[in-house]
Amino acid sequence: MFEGLSSRFEGILRKIRGRGRLGPEDVEEFLAEIRVALLEADVHLDVVRTLLDRIRDRAVGVEVAGALNPGQIIVKIVLEELTAVLGGETFRPAYASKPPTVVLLAGLQGSGKTTTAAKLARWYKGQGRNPMLIGADLLRPAAVEQLRTLGDRINVPVFSDSTDPVSVARAGLAEAVRLGRDVAICDTAGRLAIDEDLMAEVAEISDTLQPHHTFLVVDAMTGQDAVTTAEAFHTRLGLDALIITKLDGDARGGAALSITEVVGRPIAFASTGETVEDFESFHPDRLAGRILGMGDVETLIEKAEETFAVEEAEAAAARMLEGTFTLDDFLEQLRALRKMGSINSIMGMVPGMASQVQDLDEALDERRIDRIEGIINSMTPSERLGPDVIDGSRRARIAAGSGTEVGEINQLVKQFREMRKMMKQMGGRGPGRSKAGRARKKKGRGGRVTTAGPAPIDKKKGLSLPGLGDLPGDRGPSSGDLDLTGIWPSD
Amino acid sequence: MVDDRTWEGLTEALLLADIGLPTTEALIDGVRYRVGSEGVDDVEGVLGLLKEGILGRLGGVDRSLAFGGEPSVWLFVGVNGVGKTTTIGKLGWREASAGRSVVFAAGDTFRAAAADQLEVWADRAGATMVRGAEGADPGSVVFDAVEHAAARGADLVLADTAGRVHTRGNLMDELAKVRRVADKGAGTVTETLLVIDATTGQNGLLQAREFAAAADVTGIVLTKLDGSARGGIVVAVHEDLGIPVKLVGVGEDRDDLLAFDPADFVDALFSVDVPA
Repeated sequence: MFEGLSSRFEGILRKIRGRGRLGPEDVEEFLAEIRVALLEADVHLDVVRTLLDRIRDRAVGVEVAGALNPGQIIVKIVLEELTAVLGGETFRPAYASKPPTVVLLAGLQGSGKTTTAAKLARWYKGQGRNPMLIGADLLRPAAVEQLRTLGDRINVPVFSDSTDPVSVARAGLAEAVRLGRDVAICDTAGRLAIDEDLMAEVAEISDTLQPHHTFLVVDAMTGQDAVTTAEAFHTRLGLDALIITKLDGDARGGAALSITEVVGRPIAFASTGETVEDFESFHPDRLAGRILGMGDVETLIEKAEETFAVEEAEAAAARMLEGTFTLDDFLEQLRALRKMGSINSIMGMVPGMASQVQDLDEALDERRIDRIEGIINSMTPSERLGPDVIDGSRRARIAAGSGTEVGEINQLVKQFREMRKMMKQMGGRGPGRSKAGRARKKKGRGGRVTTAGPAPIDKKKGLSLPGLGDLPGDRGPSSGDLDLTGIWPSD
Repeated sequence: MVDDRTWEGLTEALLLADIGLPTTEALIDGVRYRVGSEGVDDVEGVLGLLKEGILGRLGGVDRSLAFGGEPSVWLFVGVNGVGKTTTIGKLGWREASAGRSVVFAAGDTFRAAAADQLEVWADRAGATMVRGAEGADPGSVVFDAVEHAAARGADLVLADTAGRVHTRGNLMDELAKVRRVADKGAGTVTETLLVIDATTGQNGLLQAREFAAAADVTGIVLTKLDGSARGGIVVAVHEDLGIPVKLVGVGEDRDDLLAFDPADFVDALFSVDVPA
């Protein structure tokens, strides 16, 4: 019922693909589909309207330029508009010339402020800073206890006392100075935007702390109310940026897009899971690409790097896109992916995968990984290298050895083949294929990349995907030389 | 006069209340048909028909909370941060005030200090608290609480669970197990209540589907309805899954839990507060 923006856009692309020119009615049909997708994604009604107007203004009467057909130009426009709405640029943290740098977190009840405070502290530690946490949520029972537990876990001191929130903030700041901590992060109680007393209180905390950064913590699952709430907080506190939480679910996060449009502040961080590691800098251009089904390859690479060695990550990414992996690789991928986090979120980052994740859901359901592991572990090395040799008697042996059914072996081999084929197609389509990619392809199937090695990943430019052209990377939405050829279905 | 602007305005009101596009379009189409056939020609009349349409969808269902176990077990489930623990605290207070002996089961063993939070509420409500170590198996904590309640002849166990995003298969499996285990001992699970935050957008329907599949949900608690959000997604949830809203949360005090009143809810859909 609720298709993601990615799959919906891919559907529209398929429909208008191959037409040399688009009439105004084509544009309107396209816009109507976008409207539905945006509303289902919880983008605010007013923002949907503004966005569609902007896209229409640019799409109608556009000149066919260079290699792009009108359909491609619309996609490019949509991508650029989404990127522009999402903040247009990456939030850059600033540090006070006279420490500590003070950070204030505010938001509705249950948006995830306390957990986010700890995650943010851990992030600052990773930047070489010495953060401190201030627990000024004296309203929710045991909120300070929760913050202390999290602080212990990440080895960051927590200050609080039972006076009142404004005094706690003041004393906490003094304590940060005394301890020589260079970042002070203040957690506050959740409050409704229409609660006049509590809004006045958080404004007073802000006056007391004079924060360098004020973040609104927003639940990715929020609906139309997000804008109303954000505007109220912005009026009282002067927000610098948003932190979006619970992005590990299947919420489309249209609320975040709406807030950035209406309040004009970027999303600084995204929280993607329950453990303190599940937190990352937010890159608007990446999310725009992801919304359009272009994938979020840079984040994927960065996450992989954090989890295992750089060489391994590059080789894994290359093999994944190459489609030359074996069942051994398949198992290794499953294990690595599990280490990296939720599989659904990872698969969504791979270009072209957004619409296929549905099909893969069954194959990659975390619940089934253990069984798959059992099956592959019961295979001989040669069976893992080339599953084509698996006949009836081998199947029976593997099923017995892994305590599974013969049908499951068949299913696994079939899914593995489909996945390999799909990845091969993804890696091999389009005209922009790199020399390194061609060289690797000659090595045929079954072999890991050993002698030639995978193409090095240019950190500045991001990964240049075969057939995709360069991803927008850090160059921002206005670079104008985006290669969109690869996002067209190649069938 | 009923014109295009009327329909547009009503459509917008419904969308802004998070009713969602499919339900909104179905509602508007239904009212348009009735307006034509019944000759309604004023905006008030149209609004009345629309409210009737929504009320019809919310159904004349039984919204009471079921007893019948010894003890009865009410299990609370939902995504992170919707207000499960607070709801248990308020409901515990209500049931204890009605003369029942209530046991809280601190089944959220994942979130830091979640049990401490529930314990504060147990003190406020006059309920007994059964908790395990942080990271303990939630099923066994709930089971212990039920056995404890049975041994003392308590009437009711309110069982908390950790918030979980509904797309996490392993966590949903865990929840299904907690649901089974809660039924295994002396007690009977007579309610599984899905807590939904009124600010939730269209994702609420996906949440409800997954939780219903995993834990056999019997009712919705709609929380944070005292803010500017209207919680319209529960209309789609009720229509899609037939799960009625039973309670609403309207604040953080122990008395801020009310029985769901469909008429009040529908009236509020059309009055959007603008914060100062």
